[in-house]
Amino acid sequence: MIHGQDVTLSLGGARILDDVSFGIESGTFTAVCGPNGAGKTTLLRTVNGALSPDAGRVVVDGEDVATLSAKAIARRVATVPQDTSVAFDFPVRDVVAMGRTAHRGRFERATADDRDAVDRALERAQVTELADRPVGTVSGGERQRVMLARALAQETPALVLDEPTASLDVNHQIRTLSLVRSLVEEGKTALAAIHDLDLAARFCDELLVVADGRVLAAGPPTDVLTEDVVERAFGTRVAVRTNPVTGTPTVTTLGSGTHTQDLTERSVAPSAHRPDGGHEE
Amino acid sequence: MHRWRRLGAWCGGLAAALVVACLASVAYGAVDLSPVVVAKAALNAVAVPAGLSLAVSSVGVPALGQVPWLAPDVQYVHPFAFAVPQSAQTIVVQLRAPRVALAAVVGFALASAGTVMQGFFRNPLADPSIIGVSTGAAVGAVSAIVFPGVVAALPLLGLVPFVGSLQVFAFVSALATAFLVYLVATDGGRTPVATLLLAGVAVQALLGAVVSYLLIQAGESVDQALYWLMGHLSNASWNDVVVTLPLALVGFLVLAAYARDLNVLLMGEEDAHALGIEVERTKRVLLAVSTLVTAAAVSVAGVIGFVGLIVPHVMRLLVGPDHRNLLPTSALAGSVFLVATDAVARSGPTELPVGIVTAALGAPFFLYLLWSQEVRAL
Repeated sequence: MIHGQDVTLSLGGARILDDVSFGIESGTFTAVCGPNGAGKTTLLRTVNGALSPDAGRVVVDGEDVATLSAKAIARRVATVPQDTSVAFDFPVRDVVAMGRTAHRGRFERATADDRDAVDRALERAQVTELADRPVGTVSGGERQRVMLARALAQETPALVLDEPTASLDVNHQIRTLSLVRSLVEEGKTALAAIHDLDLAARFCDELLVVADGRVLAAGPPTDVLTEDVVERAFGTRVAVRTNPVTGTPTVTTLGSGTHTQDLTERSVAPSAHRPDGGHEE
Repeated sequence: MHRWRRLGAWCGGLAAALVVACLASVAYGAVDLSPVVVAKAALNAVAVPAGLSLAVSSVGVPALGQVPWLAPDVQYVHPFAFAVPQSAQTIVVQLRAPRVALAAVVGFALASAGTVMQGFFRNPLADPSIIGVSTGAAVGAVSAIVFPGVVAALPLLGLVPFVGSLQVFAFVSALATAFLVYLVATDGGRTPVATLLLAGVAVQALLGAVVSYLLIQAGESVDQALYWLMGHLSNASWNDVVVTLPLALVGFLVLAAYARDLNVLLMGEEDAHALGIEVERTKRVLLAVSTLVTAAAVSVAGVIGFVGLIVPHVMRLLVGPDHRNLLPTSALAGSVFLVATDAVARSGPTELPVGIVTAALGAPFFLYLLWSQEVRAL
């Protein structure tokens, strides 16, 4: 569905992606993980055509993204941005209806199809009851779902999400990712940058670990989330165990400083959670 | 549909207000006329093309001599013939109506361009001249006033019928300035709006210095130059209207066709691209058309401030941020505002440049909106 071939890209003289290749199968949920500045967002931006690689290419649905018009891309890949703030106070429904841009000609009025797609998207993202509210008055978690609804209104096979959980509380994190998960079950292909390794492991089929502009590992979470890979990616010592509740890998950051021993002891205590949340932000 | 009904109601109301403002403004003056007489005189002047005949004529072409061609000859029918005193008919049609019509056209143009620029820059302080159109026009117009000999010698001016060389000079230099700003701010096919804004400010500062220098050199023509700079509608002629109106209308229609794209652009350029907008191409169209519309208005009426800044803000409070509603209502409201302020401008013992009145009325109103927290963002 989405393939990157030897993608190299520099921004402002700094090489952000260095010969990156990846493949994302149709109907899967893939998380891009890695430390800050690893190139996660940049990688997503090559998939939705916001950036063109200096070398290599990104192919979506059999077409090289660089050769497609904005409209053609927007019919293949819908994007949920990280920054969901909207400067102008459009009603939620109007924001979601903007997802239909690529399906309408300049002089065409909204068709019944367009209106149905918007209604379905509002429903699916659980924001129907917010439809007439100005988007500036809804909470951060709700706005995230509004942006997801906008992306759903695009009716694309692929969905790109940039840090969909970054600014959300635990409840909304799970709610958002469950929603994406169920969309994938229904046939969509999703690619998301996700900071939280535990959440990525729990909800995604595949992980793509990037560090320093390169792909460090790719595959199912249980194969990829090894102490070795995570330590190399994040430059910190970690312990990887299986979460007794979800049955998926859980990563505990131990840190690399002088208190490591200390932390190791605490991390094995039964009630302990990540002591410092070190691998987030 | 709901939106169309609401938009229709707003536009109908504003159009009615425009008609009332125009009638009142034409009625008012040294010789007071009743609005009924004004309406009758205006209707008397209405000419409907009724027939078209082609007459064989000949035209002189260098190197070929006289070449025959078909000259179109349009016959008009005047459907109305109310009894109106000849003096009143002349005052209305020849003296006052062109000025009021030009006020309506200029207000329409400035408010349309201002609405688009505020959306384009996602900045509440943006106005039609943000990228230097007005300052560019000022350099052209003041040069034409200060050095009439140089301007008259330029061959370019003979090509444009109807309007004076001053207007042509202002128009061309307005477009050249905007294009220069665009070139400076564009790199590798991309024009970041922040760079465009800064380039506009820098070029405006530079050209402001040029205008100041020209004023020092102006000698006796300094009064005329200052009067132009303050924005004015006196000396308006039907020719000004005939040249400005099509530019304003066609420009408006193009901008209106891009209203939905402008809405999507408000989401941010990267979002807009992800939603299917060709961002850079859309920005070029919006910039070029608003520049053209602004230049047309400024070159006939001088620098009339605040119309393009305040009218869109007020309309945004009333109809919301959706440019499909905001653009037409702002354009009409701009007409009403400028017709009304121009009536105020010529109501005193000495006639004021209308730019003074728009600023004197507009700025306090804007401050009031800020104070009452109505204008927070766009």
